[in-house]
Amino acid sequence: MSNPQQKITPQIIYSGFKRLLPLSVFVIVFGLAFGLAASQSGLDNNSALAMSASVFAGASQFATLELWSAQMSLVPVIITVFAINARHLLMGASLYPHLAHLSKAKRYGALLLVSDANWAMSLQAINKGNQGLGLLIGGGIALWLFWVLGTLLGLYFGSAIKDPFSLGLDMVMACFLLAMVVDGKKDLRVFAIWVVAALSSLLAYWYLPTNSHVIVGALAGGTFGAIWMGKKA
Amino acid sequence: MSIDTAGAGALIIIGVMAIVTLATRWGGIFIMDFVPINDRVQQFINAMSGSVLIALLTPLAINGDVGAKLALLATAITMLVLKKPLIAIAAGIVVAALVRQF
Repeated sequence: MSNPQQKITPQIIYSGFKRLLPLSVFVIVFGLAFGLAASQSGLDNNSALAMSASVFAGASQFATLELWSAQMSLVPVIITVFAINARHLLMGASLYPHLAHLSKAKRYGALLLVSDANWAMSLQAINKGNQGLGLLIGGGIALWLFWVLGTLLGLYFGSAIKDPFSLGLDMVMACFLLAMVVDGKKDLRVFAIWVVAALSSLLAYWYLPTNSHVIVGALAGGTFGAIWMGKKA
Repeated sequence: MSIDTAGAGALIIIGVMAIVTLATRWGGIFIMDFVPINDRVQQFINAMSGSVLIALLTPLAINGDVGAKLALLATAITMLVLKKPLIAIAAGIVVAALVRQF
């Protein structure tokens, strides 16, 4: 590979932390929404905070709130959380070539806080030939901090933001991820892969079990890309 | 198996959620330890990484309200023209907020 070897140093982590700070501020709003929803679903404050701190995966946390009741069974929780977060498996796999030279502890440590935003930025930087693991680790720390802080604020002041929807705040993450997609390499093969991923995710969204569309679309796009091989990476 | 969510039960459920999520974060590189990385696997991984984002966004774009659709469009165009992520995201949010006022 033409990419430089990926390093982990305190400076690289700190600069990644700073790069993700602007987006992390928006994450407070999501955390706020989660804190508010959690208190309305009957979670006590400590449980809601513990969930945000230890799970750190927004969509799966919201989905679990839907299941929350006085008596609940574990199996639906496990299935829901796994289905929504299974995309992490693909994210980890996509970073593997850039982590393989590191020790096991560093490799697994680097992925402790992987989520959509820091993964996308990290891989983006790596593909451009820059250092990316600082964005993954430092960015993950920034996102985690603000997610937990937002949850805390939501538990106490959640009703302050009356309508995030009418302010367009629900679109922050989607717009961010789209900006990452658009910024990547674009040629005929990449467009073909996107079309395959888009169509298969839509079909899965309509006809397959809930939450399967990300995995189906990603695997279909990946398989197509393995059949129509591009230039050597 | 049913768990009482009052008291310690809630923490058991949260602990299980945390373990399942961590397994997804670590599972990808764990599995890849057993997969030989050749050119085809490399191409699969590269194609898949972009596809994850496309697969996340497409149902949002198709099923979202007009505000969501135009927000994504504004972000895409701004990004193509200016190549500045923060400005592109801001453009998307502003468009969604404006459209939803009417």
